[in-house]
Amino acid sequence: MPTKPAGTLYRGREGMWSWVGHRITGVVIFFFLLVHVLDTSLVRVSPEAYTAVIGAYKNPLMALGETGLVAAIVFHAFNGLRIIAVDFWKKGAKYQRQMLWTVLILWVIVMVGFSIRHLSLAFGGH
Amino acid sequence: MTATIQSPRSGKDGAKPGAGLIAPKYRRSGASKGNFEMAAWLFMRLSGVVLVVLIFGHLFVNLLVGEGIHAIDFGFVAGKWADPFWQFWDLAMLWLAMLHGTNGVRTIINDYAEKDSTRFWLKIVLYAATTVIIILGTLVIFTFNPCPVDVNGIPLPGGFCPAA
Repeated sequence: MPTKPAGTLYRGREGMWSWVGHRITGVVIFFFLLVHVLDTSLVRVSPEAYTAVIGAYKNPLMALGETGLVAAIVFHAFNGLRIIAVDFWKKGAKYQRQMLWTVLILWVIVMVGFSIRHLSLAFGGH
Repeated sequence: MTATIQSPRSGKDGAKPGAGLIAPKYRRSGASKGNFEMAAWLFMRLSGVVLVVLIFGHLFVNLLVGEGIHAIDFGFVAGKWADPFWQFWDLAMLWLAMLHGTNGVRTIINDYAEKDSTRFWLKIVLYAATTVIIILGTLVIFTFNPCPVDVNGIPLPGGFCPAA
């Protein structure tokens, strides 16, 4: 009778899901970066073209998208530092799970702060 | 015929006596690809640390200080790029983020595109996009003109021109 395989270091656990999250956020950030360089390049077309397109980022619906983008960036940044610790710190692999929870707690704290500030600016009717 | 699968460390696969116990095809040194993958791995970590600082600084200054996103317009960009400090900040961010992102997407293409030709063409498209964006962004940062003019030399509305 086949027995269930023993747990591996990464598969199906925190290690794997953080890897999935790192990939997805990385791709999202990369495609935004392409768009963001293009929209910023409009400063070389005319002041009005730039200001008109950047105006699109200021509506409240876009503010939600920006908050999502910053959430992706902050997760990718903190988890990236965790990956560096796993690779270079002697006890990194041993504590990778605890470090992921630290990443997630810091991520929630930063995102609560960012969301309050950014969304109140965006919905504040300036 | 029965294929014999050799133990990686058997050293029987043409290894010279005294050349170590690892069969040549399993040795990590002397591979024809050189150290590119190792350099790419290291670059991801080094650029990653620098990008955390550059991008967090970028987000803080552009979105959280003062009026936040409402302050961003042509004049905001002109104000920042009047200072070489922000020009080089943005230049470093552009190059490092594009190379870091391109290498990440290259890894993903290698992982998921199974056909040789699919991998090849996806990477051609990726490298073309990267080249265009890096060159375009670099030119924009260093050819920026706070007082752009039209074909007749008349300043465009919204620019910042020295008082005549």
